[in-house]
Amino acid sequence: MRASRWTVTLLLSLSLLACTAFPAMAQERVEKITAKKFEFTPNEITLKKGVPVVLELTTLDRLHGFNCPGLKIRSDIKPGTVNTVRFTPDKAGEFTFHCDTFCGSGHEMMHGKIIVTE
Amino acid sequence: MQAGLDRREFLKLTGLGTVVLASSLCGWERALASTQEDFCFVQLSDTHIGFSDPKVNPDFAGTLAKAVAAVNSLSKQPDFVVFTGDLTHTTDDDAERRKRLAQFKAIISALKVKDVRFLPGEHDAALDNGKAFMEFFGETHYAFTHKGVHFIALDNASDPGSLVGDAQLQWLGGELKRIDKNAPVVILTHRPLFALYPEWDWDTRDADKVLDLLAPYQNVTVLYGHIHQENHTLTGKITQHAAHGLMYPLPAPGSVPKKAPIPWDPAQPYHNLGFRGVQAKTVQPTFALTEYPVKGA
Repeated sequence: MRASRWTVTLLLSLSLLACTAFPAMAQERVEKITAKKFEFTPNEITLKKGVPVVLELTTLDRLHGFNCPGLKIRSDIKPGTVNTVRFTPDKAGEFTFHCDTFCGSGHEMMHGKIIVTE
Repeated sequence: MQAGLDRREFLKLTGLGTVVLASSLCGWERALASTQEDFCFVQLSDTHIGFSDPKVNPDFAGTLAKAVAAVNSLSKQPDFVVFTGDLTHTTDDDAERRKRLAQFKAIISALKVKDVRFLPGEHDAALDNGKAFMEFFGETHYAFTHKGVHFIALDNASDPGSLVGDAQLQWLGGELKRIDKNAPVVILTHRPLFALYPEWDWDTRDADKVLDLLAPYQNVTVLYGHIHQENHTLTGKITQHAAHGLMYPLPAPGSVPKKAPIPWDPAQPYHNLGFRGVQAKTVQPTFALTEYPVKGA
């Protein structure tokens, strides 16, 4: 009886700790973006300032890059895997992103926009 | 730290029709005094052979030949000519890439000056890691010394991720070890060696590593292309100078929502297309830049 009371107390404490220490993980928003020559789908996403995000980046053809200098986010988008980037937008505004891995004749047109609202 | 310098600021400094890279050049004086010989060279960039949109450049097939003729008509012929990348416009077809490189080579064979150096841009080299470029022009990075000035050609375009890369950084470190810290060094490259405007891919991802290696050297100048317009920026002690392109101009960094070639203006044909003459002076050790326009026939 005493042991199970301890167990319950321990579990409650751990749950409380998890909620206070890692609140972001609990609220993380997932955005999937697919790359292929020469476009991102979607090419515009809207996020909320202060809300943590995980970008799940995949490619349908070859190596691409995802670079959003305004939010200081960058990742390779390697074929055959989900490339994840975690961040929390800390400012509102519109931030362009582009492929920064030269991928062919339409490479320079491969870009999109992240809109961060208050 | 970086600071943009516009042409007017340079002109105010010099009172001349050229841009003079003035800095405390005691080391230059020593290095160049040994040769006691001024010299000049010419930088051409972003010729984009294969580009064919007449709204942007109706003379897409003839502009480079006009630039070659303009270089040939200089009253004093340069010691050498360097092309700082994007010799050709990109194509996904390997055979077409070689065809364009061959066309470029045929056009520039009319240069009177036969000492011609080449660097790749991402349009030439990023899709095959420089393979076709090397078939035509040899190594994509190299070093040479000319009359006391150390030139280092750095390739930041063959890697599709715009990296100089660890292997080349190691090579660069080895080359620099042989150079006196006060000697004049000119880095020739395609992309800016700083984050000029990363939103438009106007940077080199590992530029900081290059600048760290160059930091002990007192007289370093970077000449690059890629952005199709004149730009002068001071990064630490290093001045970085972008050259005009020879196919189409691009907008000033961040001045429009999307980067795209500036359409041809019939009222000002060949506007903002041109090449650069660089005069290395030994008596007053400086480099002076002169921008030359391309003119119609």
